[in-house]
Amino acid sequence: MLRFLVRRSLGAVVILFLLSIVTFLLFFGMPRDPALLICGKTCNPQSLANIHHVLGLDKSIPEQYAIFLHNLFLGSNGFAQGPCPAPCFGYSYHTNDQVWATLMDRLPTTVSLTLGGAFFFLLIGLGTGLMAAWKRGTLIDKSATAGSMVLGSMQIYFLGPLALAVLVYQTHWFSKPAYNEFTANPITWFTGLIIPWLVLSTIFAAQYTRMARSSMIEQLQEEHVRTARAKGMSRRYVFFRYAWRGSLIPIVTIFGIDLGSLLGGAIITEYTFGLPGLGQLAVQSVFFSDLPLLLGVMLFSAAMILLFNIIVDAAYAFIDPRVRLS
Amino acid sequence: MTSPIDVEGGGTSVLVDGTPGPDAKSEAAKLEGRSPGQLMWLRFKRDRTGVISAYVVGFFFLVGLLAPLIAKLYGKNPYTVYADERPELFDSAGVPLQPNGGISSEFWFGLEPGNGYDVFTKLLYGIRTSLMISVAVTIATVVTGILLGVAAGYLGGRSDFLISRVIDFLLAFPAQLFFIASMPVVVSLFVSPRDETPTYVRVVALIAVQWFLGWMSLARILRGTSLSLREREFIEAARVSGATPWRIIRKEILPNVVTPILVQSTYMLPGFVTAEAGLSYLGIGIVEPTPDWGQMFSKASTELVMQNDITYMFFPGISMIIFIVAFNLLGDSVRDAFDPKTAR
Repeated sequence: MLRFLVRRSLGAVVILFLLSIVTFLLFFGMPRDPALLICGKTCNPQSLANIHHVLGLDKSIPEQYAIFLHNLFLGSNGFAQGPCPAPCFGYSYHTNDQVWATLMDRLPTTVSLTLGGAFFFLLIGLGTGLMAAWKRGTLIDKSATAGSMVLGSMQIYFLGPLALAVLVYQTHWFSKPAYNEFTANPITWFTGLIIPWLVLSTIFAAQYTRMARSSMIEQLQEEHVRTARAKGMSRRYVFFRYAWRGSLIPIVTIFGIDLGSLLGGAIITEYTFGLPGLGQLAVQSVFFSDLPLLLGVMLFSAAMILLFNIIVDAAYAFIDPRVRLS
Repeated sequence: MTSPIDVEGGGTSVLVDGTPGPDAKSEAAKLEGRSPGQLMWLRFKRDRTGVISAYVVGFFFLVGLLAPLIAKLYGKNPYTVYADERPELFDSAGVPLQPNGGISSEFWFGLEPGNGYDVFTKLLYGIRTSLMISVAVTIATVVTGILLGVAAGYLGGRSDFLISRVIDFLLAFPAQLFFIASMPVVVSLFVSPRDETPTYVRVVALIAVQWFLGWMSLARILRGTSLSLREREFIEAARVSGATPWRIIRKEILPNVVTPILVQSTYMLPGFVTAEAGLSYLGIGIVEPTPDWGQMFSKASTELVMQNDITYMFFPGISMIIFIVAFNLLGDSVRDAFDPKTAR
């Protein structure tokens, strides 16, 4: 287990390293001058040169990257805005805040959104899927299948504004979604996020329904399940103890992927509901051409995806003892 | 080779489809046997869900293709700002006065709150823009996927290792984030940030970024398929008889990977449509006044629409759901037709 974790983590670090090079090249190595993006429409050569010097763009690309890496691991005192401790992505061009501090500031929103959304879509998705598999072939099954097909084809940029318009603007049943800190007031935290959670879970639940249904049906046809039934175990016991455990692997796989990519920023959801998370931060930094911030979000998000890939693979060994990690 | 039962099944479906002919003649035709492609087509035609979804999908493509013609017959275009031309139709905030988003015999789908564009033509042209971009992305990714996937699988060795590592690496990219982050960079390759960005540059940039992170899944599948094909006798026979690798790939391998290509691309295209719409929704893809499906959603999520009249929201929303559902069903049917063994 330990060997597996070490090996996979090293692999993830290598990928992150390559990814940082590619992203860095994409942002800073293009023939087009990033300072021009910052300088804006009222630009003169004087201010351009000034920006170049302040951002260190007058150095060569490998030199800039080396400085970036140095700052990332060792921190730097070279910034005009002040010192920048160890995981240092520099300072935002736009707000002049530390990138790492901004990321950490935005993270709780994204984590709240993800965890709440995950709770609801697992509950709804798996519940419906199991129900459909239990009542296979009945009207319940058919409507669950059809419903998940249609809901799964919905997009957050349609369902989100629709939910906002109906529940907030037209009927005034809910207040506008907002992020309030859990530690300050759990109730406003909950009410502020309930609409985003439900919208997110409506769309994500569909694939869990489909997945749970099809793998449960597959598992129920396995021979060990038939044997268990034949020796007199109840249908319910076999359903939850035998078939359910067998169908966990594909569900855990998808769940890990979803969780990883949501934690890296649920871009469209956060943008739609105006939640100040990592995804919204990414969109804002694109509009302000804030390259250090964008680079920070990119690497953070990729790290989340890789981290959850490793967690999922490690989880296989717990779910299915036959899986050997090596 | 073909069992008699199969032949009979095929025969009836031919008759059902209304190709009458003397029995004796069709009897002779049946015995000739069918190519896998024909068999697939027969199976597909019997799948009612698949055929209906194919018609729906075809309808969307037709609408996109004929958008200028339909708009001409209808007598409007998506660029006229009716808020300026016909201010009597709107209230002071720019919301259509008539109920249900200003739907009338003149404006079939109503008027857009704000600028007052005609929604019907806007939607037609929006579907056109979105589908053109998505088809271009699909073609680009399929070509890349074939080239790299088959090359990796057939050539093996160092090129396989290299391509597989690139695939693994690109799959670790946060795709959506990469799209939004690289759009301005790609755009700035073509135009200076101080100038206005022409629409075609945005289109090219949208295609480029989606292509860059879109080809890996197909390439991976094709790599696996051609890796197993490489060991088969008929490839070996071709190699022994002196065929060049290029000829083997073209004549022996490609015809055998048509199935995964078709199935995979029917799954990929709706994904590209929604991704492109998502980018335009965020304001990073196509921007006004060029009509675009996704950009209609961004208009629909403004407070003006959400507070006053939400009718406008449903036209892009419902049409996209229909399109995506139909395309997904079509994808399932195509897969079933090619591979009847995998039950849903």
